[in-house]
Formats: sequence, structure tokens, C-alpha cells
Amino acid sequence: MIPSSFEYVRAGSIEQTLDLLNEHGDAAKLLAGGHSLLPLMKLRLASPEVLVDIGRLAELAYVGDGGDYVAIGALTTHDEVSRSPLIAAELPVLAHVAGQIGDPQVRHRGTIGGSIAHGDPASDLPAVALALGGTYVLTGPSETREVRAAAFHLGFLETAVAPDEILTEIRLPKMAGGGWGFEKLTKRAQDWAIVGAVAVRLDGNGSVGVGLINVGSVPARALSVEAAVASGAGAAEAAAQADTGIEVTGDLNASAAFRRHLTRVLVERALAKALA
Amino acid sequence: MHVTVTLNGADVTYDVEPRTLLVHYIRDAAGLKGTNVGCDTTSCGACTVLLDGRSVKSCTVLAAQADSSSVTTIEGLAEADGTMHPVQKAFHEHHGLQCGYCTPGMVMAIVSLIAERGDHELTETDIRQGLEGNLCRCTGYHNIVEAAMAAARAPELRS
Repeated sequence: MIPSSFEYVRAGSIEQTLDLLNEHGDAAKLLAGGHSLLPLMKLRLASPEVLVDIGRLAELAYVGDGGDYVAIGALTTHDEVSRSPLIAAELPVLAHVAGQIGDPQVRHRGTIGGSIAHGDPASDLPAVALALGGTYVLTGPSETREVRAAAFHLGFLETAVAPDEILTEIRLPKMAGGGWGFEKLTKRAQDWAIVGAVAVRLDGNGSVGVGLINVGSVPARALSVEAAVASGAGAAEAAAQADTGIEVTGDLNASAAFRRHLTRVLVERALAKALA
Repeated sequence: MHVTVTLNGADVTYDVEPRTLLVHYIRDAAGLKGTNVGCDTTSCGACTVLLDGRSVKSCTVLAAQADSSSVTTIEGLAEADGTMHPVQKAFHEHHGLQCGYCTPGMVMAIVSLIAERGDHELTETDIRQGLEGNLCRCTGYHNIVEAAMAAARAPELRS
């Protein structure tokens, strides 16, 4: 399978990337590792006229200490995230989840920013950022703004990134020793989750966050579960309402009813680990 | 567009369309047919090559993305006199293949896995998890894992 024709431009800097986005508008699409975009282009589900390759922008591949949060450059690969000593120490849930994405070859190419900006509800990393209460830094021509992960996903494959902006940094609060749990059901080890759940307990304030993978049409938080835990419910009781308020999708892998069941089971397991 | 890569140690340049996938650049432009296309959907790993030393699925990389990089394919592993790479030797000795279609990708994935291990001694679990991205439809995994275990112990691959 071969993508339809496009113009290829390699950006040499963030400034040049912004200029190219300004010049080409909606016709342009950013290419990072390409492991979400290229499969769509090969299936002709996406046919951008201009590909702006930002994959060589080394200034966007880093893991830094921001004080009470970890700052991760958008072009940091899943492999680099999973091997980072700072992330292993401060965000063990992220190190674990990143190390389980796809397979080694995918982790060598796929990037944290690409995965999040793609906005696929089946991706693991948006759920981690939602559970942690992270924020994303969006750089545009006139301003740099921060958007909460909880306000980022607007619809199916639709995010708050404007056509003239780039997602440049992911900021995730340090867990400070809090607990976490991650559960995903796949048919083969490398597959996307049929359903997955991430639960995180932040030790600083004891708050619990729960992110859902591939339950509805957008990466989502299980708000009802978070509220139940906050008012004293245990894992089983809280997880019983994990699918509340979410329009659950059915597909070839799982009917909506089965997916609701999986959501409750996997949230309970993840939550039990996070609260232990 | 002109895409230049260091392919198995030699600089090559071919004029290809921007939409050319790395695997087609390798097979059709450079004429190296050892890298196979299996699923063409980033699943099976038959097209695995090394890009700057790390395993990638070349059906999901544009040739343009590999410009000015180093690419190693199965043809680039053996020495000039035909002496096999330790991973190839281990596949030979442990009968790590049946039909052979997945073999080039398996070998390249294992070369990368061993190179990335650092001071860590690879266990059987590490190898099985490290090969999650490579499917063998003959289901000959047992001897492939045996071969990878043997290669990981090869003195030539100790840093």
C-alpha cells in the first residue's frame, strides 16, 4: 500500500515549522515518527497535500525536570521515555506504559507528542496524561499556551491543537511515590488495547485519577470513578460505575456491552493496584 | 526527490517520489530483496531493518525520513568473505527458521535487541518480549528464541 502523492518538506527548526504551517494551512500535516499518520496515509484514510517532517528537530527530544513536574519534549520516542531514569523515578506509570506500546520497532519510531496529538482513543499515553492531570504546551506563531489534558481531546481524532500550532512539550506532575495500576486487554501482545485503564494515586494530595483507553470516541477520564474514590469508595465499589457517562463504542473486537464490562473489570484491577 | 543513505556501509543516492516507503527504496531502488514485505501494516516485522542502528519496520518509514541516515539490511550483516554474523550463525546452528520468510526481520530485530541490552543479561522473557513485533506464521518461535539466546551469549557480541 502506497500513500497518495504529497509534497515533502523537512523542517529545520520550530520557527520554520510554524512558517510552513502558516504557508500551507489545512493542506499541511506534521510528521513526527509517522507511526500513527503513515498507516492512515497508506490506507488512504488521510491524504495530506504537504507533509512537514519535524522528526529531526532534536530540540524537541528531551526529558527535563520542571520542579513539581517532568517536562517531556514532544519528539521523545516511546523507547526513550521507557528508558529515562528521571521518568522511571518520578513517573513509573509512564515508564511502564511507554514500554508496552506496540513492539520495540514501533517504540523506536513513535513519539509521545505524535501519539497525543493524533488523539486516538485507543492510544495508551493520553490516558496516562489524563490520569496524572498533565498539561500540554502548544506553540503557535504569536503565543505559547498550556492546555490541560482534560480539555485537549475535542472529538474523534480531534484535539485543541490549532492548524498553525505545534504540540511541543508534555508536562506531567511527579507522582511523589504514589501508587498506580495499568491494565489493557489485547489479542496479541503488540496490539492496540481493546479496552485499557490507567489509575494513579498522587501522594502529594492523595487524589486519584483514572484514564480510559478505547472506551469511547475520545481519550477519557472516568470522572464518576474519581468522584467515588474521593468520597471514600473502595476499588470495587468505585469501578462499578466506570462506564457511567461515556458513550461506549462497539466494533469488530468488542460490542458496546462487552466493552462496558471490560471497562468496569479493568478499572477495578488498575484501581486496586493504585490504592494498595 | 534525491534520497541518500549509507546502505550497508556504502553511500547510495536514488531519485524517488516523496511517498516512497523505505522498504520499497531498499527493494526496488537499491535492488536488495532480502528485506521482505509481509503484512504492510506495521504488524509482522518481516520488513525490519536497522535505521541508525535501531530496529524499525521499513514499511512504516518514508525513504525521505531516512535521508542522510545509516540503514542496515540482512545483506549487510555477513562479512565480505561470507563469514556469517553471530545471529545468522545461531539461526543456522539452532534451526531457527522453517519457510524463512520472517527470518531477515527476525535476525535484524535480534541484532538490535542484543545491541540495546547494555549491561543487562537477556533472559528468555526479554527475548520473547523483544520479538513481539515479529510474527512467524510457521509458528517456529521455539528455535528462533533458542537461536537468539545463543547469539546473545556469543563472545563476538560482548561489548
